Amino acid sequence: MTDKLIHALVEMQETEALQQAKQLLDSGTDPMDILDACSKAMEKVGQRFEKGEYFLPHLMMAGEMLKQISDIIKPLIKEEKSTTEKRRVLIGTVKGDIHDIGKNIVTFLLEVNGFEVRDIGIDQPPEKFVESIQEFQPQVVGMSGLLSLAFDSMKETVEAIEKAGLREKVKIMIGGGQVTEQVKDYTGADALGPNAIAGVNLAKQWIGGK
Amino acid sequence: MLIVGELINSTRKAIAAAIEAGDRASIQQIAKDQANAGARYIDVNAGSFQDREIEYLTWLVQTVQEAVELPCCLDSPNPAALEAALKVHKGIPMINSISLEKERCEKLLPVVTANDFKVVALCMSDEGMPRTADDRIRIAEELVNFLLDHKIKLENIYVDPLVQPVATDQTFGREFLKSVEQIMSRFSGIHTICGLSNVSYGLPQRKFLNRTFMAMAIAKGLDAAILDPLDKQMMANVLAAEALVGRDNFCMNFINAHKAGKIVC
Repeated sequence: MTDKLIHALVEMQETEALQQAKQLLDSGTDPMDILDACSKAMEKVGQRFEKGEYFLPHLMMAGEMLKQISDIIKPLIKEEKSTTEKRRVLIGTVKGDIHDIGKNIVTFLLEVNGFEVRDIGIDQPPEKFVESIQEFQPQVVGMSGLLSLAFDSMKETVEAIEKAGLREKVKIMIGGGQVTEQVKDYTGADALGPNAIAGVNLAKQWIGGK
Repeated sequence: MLIVGELINSTRKAIAAAIEAGDRASIQQIAKDQANAGARYIDVNAGSFQDREIEYLTWLVQTVQEAVELPCCLDSPNPAALEAALKVHKGIPMINSISLEKERCEKLLPVVTANDFKVVALCMSDEGMPRTADDRIRIAEELVNFLLDHKIKLENIYVDPLVQPVATDQTFGREFLKSVEQIMSRFSGIHTICGLSNVSYGLPQRKFLNRTFMAMAIAKGLDAAILDPLDKQMMANVLAAEALVGRDNFCMNFINAHKAGKIVC
């Protein structure tokens, strides 16, 4: 039933995908099933990206289509989901670094994948991360930074989270053009995401989600 | 077109290994190759080694200048590393880079004002990365006026409007190009510079995109670039673009490069 929708999304047919989504709604399909189909499509797009068949603009475009569809669908979904625990990700660029493109892409893709994301912005000191974790209660924290000096900030941030007694409560992932396994070990993070899809996959792996 | 050879950068694995091993011969060979290919400055970056940047940057400058008679482009936001490198540097270096970010600006200003150095002025502020041409021009104006107030000559300033990947936002290329044009026309005698490989991030055929973008930027007035001068097609593209846009007297550079077999398409 949702095959056509999935196909249109995966093949980047924007008009067709939106039309399919609307048709499904009109014919009485459960909005949740439509969102499920979107997630499946997104997963396929992610796989193609990882194989090198698709490129960054495909991710951006798929995200854009999903956003349009979920804007139509979300108001129709009853609040029954709120009883289940929300999957939350806190994300920010660490102190001393102001690069935000990678962070913004990850935020966007997490959101279209159904995560609740709080983006605290760029050049954020460890205190701000700690404060935001206490407030927002995320299960995952993402730290972004492109410059090599960001690695020290990441390390300081992980230490601050530890000091505040929050380290056991969150999984920490790092991302940025120059992060490597060594950098991950140096900072004390749990994992690194070499690209935006990897970041989404980490969050899914840790706290579930389709 | 002023070419800054970008290859001696510690974020590249082979270079990091050579630096750590103290491998003078490899570094000097890359410096010579870049010089022979037309680089007028040799960029040196040791930023991957946070603890030893001061020592390594100094070593790079000495090692490079033993091999080629060219000035270096000192690629570091760290004033201590820059000062140490400047002590051994011969000639007039280019400092890469100062920006409107408060901390960076305050720390680097004394380093650049004291001398007749060339300076790369990066269009970045504490508010983050610029997105539009207007963002860039606003930062550029503030930064350039600030540098002029501190007695830095206009002709020593190389504004880098900051290239961002079109894969993430399709307006990024256009906005960059607009900003080059406007900066060049607002400040007569100033220069614009960029490292442009970022533009193709996330896309296939990156080198081809980079070359095409270079020609477009030259058409808008870009007169300096941080690039790989060993990329023959890129260098040929630069020469072609300069001839086509009227910055090559009687097209002589292009013709001579052709005769020397350097126009590789």
